[in-house]
Amino acid sequence: MRSWTVQLAARLFILPAAVAGVGAGAGAQSPHYGNTFVATDKAVVVASKPFGESYILCEMFAQLLEAHGIPVVRRPGLGATEVAFSALRRNAIDVYPEYTGTGLLAILHDSLPDSTARDPRATYDRVARVFAQNYGVRWLPPLGFQNNYAIAIRRSTAERLHIRTLSDLARVSRGLVGGFTPDFIGRADGLPGLERVYDLHMRAVRPLSPAVKYQALAASAVDVVDGYTTDGLLARYDLVALTDDRHFFPPYEAAALVSGRLASENPRAIAILTLLSDRLSEQRMRDLNQRVEVNGEDVRTVAASALADLGLVGAPGRAATSHVKEDNSSFLSYMWQRRGVLAALTLRHLFLVAIALGAAALIAIPLGLGLERTRGAAEPVVRVLGAIQTIPSIAMLAFMIPLLGIGTAPALVALWLYALYPIARNTYSGVRDADPAAVEAAEAMGATPLQRLLMVRLPLAAPIIMAGVRTAAVITVGAATLAAFIGAGGLGEPIVAGLALADTRMVLSGALPAALLALLVDGGLAIIERTLTPEYRR
Amino acid sequence: MPRALAARDVVHRYGDAVALEGASIEVAAGHTLAVVGESGSGKTTLLRCFNRMVEPDSGRIEVGGVDVRSQPVIELRRSIGYVPQDGGLMPHWRVARNVAFVPSLLGLQSPPTAAADALEVVGMPATRFGSRFPHELSGGQRQRVALARALAARPGVILLDEPFGALDAITRSDLHEAFENARAEFPVTMLLVTHDLAEAGRLADQIAVMHSGRVEQIGSMAELRESSATSYVAALVTRSARGAA
Repeated sequence: MRSWTVQLAARLFILPAAVAGVGAGAGAQSPHYGNTFVATDKAVVVASKPFGESYILCEMFAQLLEAHGIPVVRRPGLGATEVAFSALRRNAIDVYPEYTGTGLLAILHDSLPDSTARDPRATYDRVARVFAQNYGVRWLPPLGFQNNYAIAIRRSTAERLHIRTLSDLARVSRGLVGGFTPDFIGRADGLPGLERVYDLHMRAVRPLSPAVKYQALAASAVDVVDGYTTDGLLARYDLVALTDDRHFFPPYEAAALVSGRLASENPRAIAILTLLSDRLSEQRMRDLNQRVEVNGEDVRTVAASALADLGLVGAPGRAATSHVKEDNSSFLSYMWQRRGVLAALTLRHLFLVAIALGAAALIAIPLGLGLERTRGAAEPVVRVLGAIQTIPSIAMLAFMIPLLGIGTAPALVALWLYALYPIARNTYSGVRDADPAAVEAAEAMGATPLQRLLMVRLPLAAPIIMAGVRTAAVITVGAATLAAFIGAGGLGEPIVAGLALADTRMVLSGALPAALLALLVDGGLAIIERTLTPEYRR
Repeated sequence: MPRALAARDVVHRYGDAVALEGASIEVAAGHTLAVVGESGSGKTTLLRCFNRMVEPDSGRIEVGGVDVRSQPVIELRRSIGYVPQDGGLMPHWRVARNVAFVPSLLGLQSPPTAAADALEVVGMPATRFGSRFPHELSGGQRQRVALARALAARPGVILLDEPFGALDAITRSDLHEAFENARAEFPVTMLLVTHDLAEAGRLADQIAVMHSGRVEQIGSMAELRESSATSYVAALVTRSARGAA
């Protein structure tokens, strides 16, 4: 394993490339692997969505390609279906694991006749054909297993109420509380369809994020959750997956989804990725998920041993032995082991914040000054900036993808947009409300408008403007953790990966430094504010 | 060099409200004219016409016999000293820098020296007060500094808008001395707006009484008292005499 200084240097080295907008070519940020790859033109960008199984498949694709001498850049944990698929369409990534049912319903928004929707082959043929036509994107032959929706309950509930199937559940559903992902609550192939087909009526339904739904179920806060049939966490929390006895859920066959560019330019990579087709059984995938999500084994190790078991690469050597997690180590020693990665992620985070904040100040301060001179326009403009502020960060990042792809550029633009409002608002009102008697006296004594601005109004408004910059800085440090969803790196990476892998330590290893960074940035700016504050106010 | 001031038939409205309705005054070079009137009489508006902080709707304003509109407004303002009611000092500047403001705008040789001279004249020696901030001074001291700031560039004209209005009687009396001292040291034409006829009588050569946007009478205190031009002037003089007694 390389020393952390080397890693640090490597990560710093790739920053300029990332800034230059080399979206797909920038370095991969993969915190739980603790490794860095410097981009080359030929590197295949392998991505995943932010949940355990997707991470494992992504890593298997990556190691398989590497074993055949093809350089790889990893982009695990991209936002969700929208983010990953948009990135693939734009050739910002080359391949990620996707599910036919998701492709059909979530991307094509298609509804098939029941007979087709229940048939895995028909579903695959349909998405393969339509994706190629509409998006120039290619589905490789399925990997061999389905990961369908599974409705899960606690084992104790199942035994007490004698529930084995969804029909059983419907019988007693009026006394139970559901905790479902917002996704599942909204999709036609989710809760609404389930309620219709099984005549299901829950006492209450709570929207829960994927990261907390199992814990909520285990803690009896809810009685029923939506999960996946291959989910390793079903075993961890001792849950029972109910049988879909009326065959409501369509098949979700896993397959590698590859970009048009990779398909046309790198047939060899396609051939190598196809080696995995039809090789992964549902049981095998469930075992792999359990090793990562329940046993806490490293994704890299698990992927390497899986490829070796399948006879697709040599026996797991280096990776398998050197990356085993020490589960019983304390949080502090965990942080210490990962200090190199964390330092690099922190620098990366700081870099995102500094660029976004600096650019925001460069635009928002002059904008605030301009608004003060055209007061009629001021309130509408400031209100628009305020409205931007209310867009949830993850939605904002998703909006950026069609325009700017994934990676550093869209993350910077999104963070920049968030930082504009507090700075522009404070500049505008600070300059507007600067001591009117002093401003008037300066005018009456023959100071030009520019002199009044530079000598009187700006110095008097400086503390208020700086307060706006500090507010923006703290907002930006927080929002930048979400940049990891679109592959921009930073301290969000361990948070996203940790949430996906149900690894609290990993989440904290990103969240704590981020919180600390917010305090430090605010403190640092407070010092700058002090030097900018006119002496008379100290 | 002191310059003469004149306003001829000046009319100005703020929206529908009439502030000046044909006001005319003349001040000889080196003299002090006090403009007296109650709130809303138009006296401050008239004063602000001279440095073009107010541009009247009609009429003519002259400084040194020249129409103020014929010269660039920035130049005009730098050539006229100004003391607002609340001092209007820059809260973020020390006293010395406040007083050196106009000399440095004008690019004079040594603004600090000009500032020190002016501070000396108003009884606020720079060595003692120069490095203080306005908030470290009393109200009376701030008004002295404001007066010094108006004097520092040695203008031919100074406009004072109720400069002693917010001060107690004793402080006021001290400031009147400073004011007279300044006038003795720096020959200058002054236009002093005040609501206090007694103050006007003490400090000014001539007094203009304003009422509802018009100048009712111009004359010395004695002239106002002995031959009031209007009943308003007579009432004002009577009221002032009673207040003083």
